[in-house]
Formats: sequence, C-alpha cells, structure tokens
Amino acid sequence: MDVIAVNGTQYQVDTSGGRPLLWVLRDQLHLTGTKYGCGLALCGACTVHVDGQPTRSCVFPASAAVGHQITTIEGIGQTTVGQKVQQAWAQQNVPQCGYCQSGQVMAAAALLSNNPQPSDTDIDNAMAGNICRCGTYVRIRQAIHSIAGN
Amino acid sequence: MALGLLGACAGAAADSPLFEPIASVLQHPRCLNCHTVTDYPRQGDARVRHLQSVIRGADGHGAPTLQCAACHQTANTGDGFVPGAGDWHLAPLSMGWEGLSAAEICAAIQDPTRNGGRTLDQVLQHMETSPLVLWAWSPGTGRDPPPVAQDVFVQDLQAWAAAGAPC
Repeated sequence: MDVIAVNGTQYQVDTSGGRPLLWVLRDQLHLTGTKYGCGLALCGACTVHVDGQPTRSCVFPASAAVGHQITTIEGIGQTTVGQKVQQAWAQQNVPQCGYCQSGQVMAAAALLSNNPQPSDTDIDNAMAGNICRCGTYVRIRQAIHSIAGN
Repeated sequence: MALGLLGACAGAAADSPLFEPIASVLQHPRCLNCHTVTDYPRQGDARVRHLQSVIRGADGHGAPTLQCAACHQTANTGDGFVPGAGDWHLAPLSMGWEGLSAAEICAAIQDPTRNGGRTLDQVLQHMETSPLVLWAWSPGTGRDPPPVAQDVFVQDLQAWAAAGAPC
C-alpha cells in the first residue's frame, strides 16, 4: 500500500502491479469524474494534474504518484482558475455528450494557470491532445478566450 | 514534399566502413524520430508526424502544458504501446539529423556546436548509457529496434573511436 495525495487529501491505496493512476482514482477512491477513453494516452479523457502538469492517468503508474500532488476534476474547482474554467464552460455551453470534458477542463485549467492570455496557437498546442468526438472545439476555444478576456 | 523527404531515413553509406554500422543505428527511426530538424517529433517505424500535433517546445519537452511526460513515463506501458524512458524529450534542433548523410552525421556528432558541447568521450557515453538511447533496443510493441544489437553497437563505437572517429 502507498499513500498518495489527491485533491489535498492523503489516501492509502494499492498501487501494486503497475496499475495506472486512473484505476486507483476510479475504483479505489471512487473519483469517477476522470474518464477512461482510449487507455493509450491518445485521447486525453483521463487527464489529471500531477503537480499542476496535465498527465494521462491511464498510463501514469499510480506508484509514481507518491510524493506528488494529484488534482482531478473533482478538485479543480478549488482553484481560482479552475472555478473560472468551470463557469466559462457552463456559460458557453461547451459540453455536448460530455465524456471528454473533464479532460478538456483539466487541460484548459493548466493552460490558463501557466499562460493567462493564451493565443490561438497556445491553445492549439496545449489542447491538441484532448480529443472531442462531438467536435466542441470551437466552444472550448471561445470559453478559454472568454476567461482570458480576449 | 520536403517534409516527406525529411520523414524518410536517408540510409546513405558512410565513407568510413567503421562508421557504417553506427550510422545504421543513428539513421534508424528510433533515433531520428526525436533527432528531427522540425518543431515537432515523429513516431513509429513509418516516421509519421507525432499524433496530437505534439510540438517541440522551448526546451524539447513539448508545449508548456502538454509535455512529453504527460504520456511518456519512465518505462514502456505494460502492453508496450506507449513508449517510455526517463526524461523523454527531443534532441535540440542543433542535433537534428534528418536529411543528413551518414558522413554528415558522423561530422555533426563530433562538432561541439552540434552535439551539445560534448567531447567525443561524452558523445560515446551518451550513446552507450543514456536511458533514452538504450530504450531504442526495448522499444515496446509495434516498433523495431535498430538493426545492430546494443552490445555490438557499443563495440562498434569503441572501435570507431579508437581509429580516430573517421567519417
């Protein structure tokens, strides 16, 4: 058993067998807002923050989370930027089916924390790894710009 | 068209027969995919542009909030599909080898302005011990290793260096 910090709380979890952080979050901690998409780090649905950096939890060994601060979609609203992203997402009516949106929100929050006024290129570079089958990309871009005041 | 040519492995023979087997490794996709001359990496044996429009970034580690380490961990995933090794990143642009002949790569890796300021000994050390280089021989599922075995590659490097590193 290992202790990992998720959304500011310490949890004792089973990280054996190289299990990915995603399954520890979902199956052991019941934080099911983080989604399983492709399982190959290709779609971004499972994005969480590891010390503020977006990370694909489906390929991130849970054992590697020891000693780091993990933030999930359940905790991102505790940050000022996270709150703004959530509000903008609601105001712009960004989600359609919603499956990818926790990953999109996590990627956007990291982008805006790092760069409060991102250009379209900055948005492309930061968000290109988060795939939306519904094609909500235009609204995602609008929401990010609305937070940045662009 | 130009990018397409860059995507192909040059595979040109070196003037020095001692460097030829080394060139066959350095011109392999496992090396060239991250020793690019573009602002993005390539992937796979077909050397396609990296999915998700991944970019090089300021320090070769990707965009500020879409870093290589977002997906590439310190080891391949259990199923081998997502490759990983410590400090996954692109070589600096100055170390781009795409489009170079074997003899040109041979010269480049000995040129401190194009090898990160390394001495020949440090170049050999990088090629013999760097986790990223060693990963090439354990590339996971669906990726071929270089055509020369790693231990033979080290012997080839030593023989080449002992002969004065001819190109």
